[in-house]
Amino acid sequence: MKRWGVLGAVAAAALLAGALPDPASVNDSAIIEPAFPRKLSEFRFFAGPGATRPTPALVAYSLRTPLFSDYAEKQRFVYVPDGERISADGRGRLAFPVGSALIKTFGYGNGKAFRPIETRVLLRRANGWEALPYVWNADLSDADLKVAGTRLPVTLTLSDGTSTQISYAVPNKNQCKECHSSSGNIVPIGPIAANMEIAPTSAAAFRARIDWAGSPIRADGPVWNDPATGSLDQRARAYLMVNCAHCHNPTGSASNSGLFLDADAGSSRTALGIYKRPVAAGRGSGGHEFAIEPGQPARSIMIHRMASTEPGVAMPEVGRSLVHEEGVALIRQWISSLPAD
Amino acid sequence: MKRNFAVSGSLLLTALAMPASAKDMAVAAGAGAQERLQEALILAEPGDVVTLGEGRFELTDGLSLDVAGVTVRGAGPDKSVLSFKGQLAAGEGLLVTSDNVVLRDFAVEDSKGDAIKSKGADNIVYHNIRVEWTGGPKETNGAYGIYPVESQNVLIDSVLVIGASDAGIYVGQSRNIIVRDSVARFNVAGIEIENSFDADVHDNVATKNTGGILVFDLPNLPQQGGHNVRVFDNLVVENDTPNFAPKGNIVASVPTGTGVMVMANRDIEIFDNVFDGNGSSNIMIIGYRQKFDDAKYQPMVRNVRISDNAHGKTGFAPRFDGGEMLAAAFGGTVPPIIWDGVGGADANVYSSDDVPVLNLGMTKSDQPIDTAQPALAKLAGDAAPKLPKIVMPEAMEAAIR
Repeated sequence: MKRWGVLGAVAAAALLAGALPDPASVNDSAIIEPAFPRKLSEFRFFAGPGATRPTPALVAYSLRTPLFSDYAEKQRFVYVPDGERISADGRGRLAFPVGSALIKTFGYGNGKAFRPIETRVLLRRANGWEALPYVWNADLSDADLKVAGTRLPVTLTLSDGTSTQISYAVPNKNQCKECHSSSGNIVPIGPIAANMEIAPTSAAAFRARIDWAGSPIRADGPVWNDPATGSLDQRARAYLMVNCAHCHNPTGSASNSGLFLDADAGSSRTALGIYKRPVAAGRGSGGHEFAIEPGQPARSIMIHRMASTEPGVAMPEVGRSLVHEEGVALIRQWISSLPAD
Repeated sequence: MKRNFAVSGSLLLTALAMPASAKDMAVAAGAGAQERLQEALILAEPGDVVTLGEGRFELTDGLSLDVAGVTVRGAGPDKSVLSFKGQLAAGEGLLVTSDNVVLRDFAVEDSKGDAIKSKGADNIVYHNIRVEWTGGPKETNGAYGIYPVESQNVLIDSVLVIGASDAGIYVGQSRNIIVRDSVARFNVAGIEIENSFDADVHDNVATKNTGGILVFDLPNLPQQGGHNVRVFDNLVVENDTPNFAPKGNIVASVPTGTGVMVMANRDIEIFDNVFDGNGSSNIMIIGYRQKFDDAKYQPMVRNVRISDNAHGKTGFAPRFDGGEMLAAAFGGTVPPIIWDGVGGADANVYSSDDVPVLNLGMTKSDQPIDTAQPALAKLAGDAAPKLPKIVMPEAMEAAIR
């Protein structure tokens, strides 16, 4: 499976490096204490170089439908302190114990060619989650805390083989929260059981640590670009849920918009955007009347904003400088399929 | 000795219980401004003042503040300039998401989206700030200049906003609001209070906008049912900039030359204002005219009291459907006060101003204008203002004294 390509390479690198001493165990106090560690190495998540040779306590996972981030490859790990348990609510949203960490490395290139740019960590501390961005140095010996974020020129190869240069944005600490916000608190977005695919070698052990609210929820949510995993409606809604609903929900950063694309979307079709007029869109409206005009993607504000790279128009507002053409195509197809009144 | 030790021990405890003493964090303009300023806004602690130096801060991304109790203070609205001309991302120039913040004495120019947004930021003070799109009124300008939303206790004092493609000063889904001593010009809407409760809009100048001051309520939003808004002692003159709002937005429907427009609100008072040179109308009271699907939404206007306003020349260039016909029918100009008439006597719309009132005689807010039954009307009733004055928590007023 393509999704595991990168992680496979990481595992292979770890095997090749088997002669070296194991990475030290995770530095739990760096996760829990209120300070902001200046270097990623202080956590002892990776033996390196870069984000290779994760300490054995880290569990790799991927998302069946991920957030688009300028076609970056992402390597995700979750760390839960030894002996602690995870609880899942009725929807399969995982709640992690104090001392846990979610570690996500962004970079470009597949397999051995993968070069990390930044690693973002979400740390579960006693008073809630803390989000911190780290940027890798040139020789990949360590990554430095960049609370104010930064921009880096990155050249990447698109699926059609052409290459393009972008100004890759490492989010600042506040921007981390803008997306990871619920009622003003930081929350993880990705770890929802149905969308979270644990690395096969760790899956059974990890799932055994979850206390389910009801019966266990399988990792069988729709994969946005795989028709075998769900209907067009299910895949489009899963895409919007992952790419938009972290802000567009009643307690998120876009609560004032009244456009809600979270799991409850559908309780009101206007809240989902269907025949919903803009409120504060400004030129983001593109001259269109509705967020979604059923059957008319070209007249829907949602498509206009997803297909734009202009600040003030582009949605999501942060995290991309390129258009996710394949994602836009999916939503276009979905809007085309919706019946008009 | 033992006693001394006990004393210093209790001092130490006191020190631990107090926040670290407030400090000044000076940030100069010049190279690296983006990271240096953003870092200060992140590392600031409650009570701190982030001081902007004189000069231009050339920014590449939106800035944000999420620490409560921080003051951001420049050297003056023409001296400390945050320029977003080279902005590459983010929906606004500066975003504030924490409580008890004071923003004062600086300018925000040419943000790609909104200029300054504060969301869920209670007790926010905007003072002596200039927001400007320097290319003049353009559809490609950002939507809102000063944009507090979902907040309680909003004080906007002595600001200047020029060129917003939606509203210069926009307060949305908030409660307990004062907008005063400010100037809005060359925006689509000068000042707009939307889906909000308890607002005083007074001693402002709204000129050269498409519409001067709007009090609106829209459906399908978390907070709706706008009410208790007083608009008084404002100078609302020569709002004659052709509407340049991008289509689809509600303000795109505001006729060029509108003074004050009230839509779908209740308990609104408009008094002691000076109106002149507004080509469509000085005061327009109408319901929400678009189709909506929201059982909780009330589209009509109720309980309006209009008194003691000075009305200069108006209604000479009506820019709304049927306007020219109405002008022709009523002696060449449209009367200075227009009400859609929805709700009839039960709407309690009263005016004691000594000028003609046009009642459009509609029975439904979304009725087509060509089926209206316009007639001159008296809106007799008790038009005297009676809503209480809006008061901010004392610390907010003290912050700008």
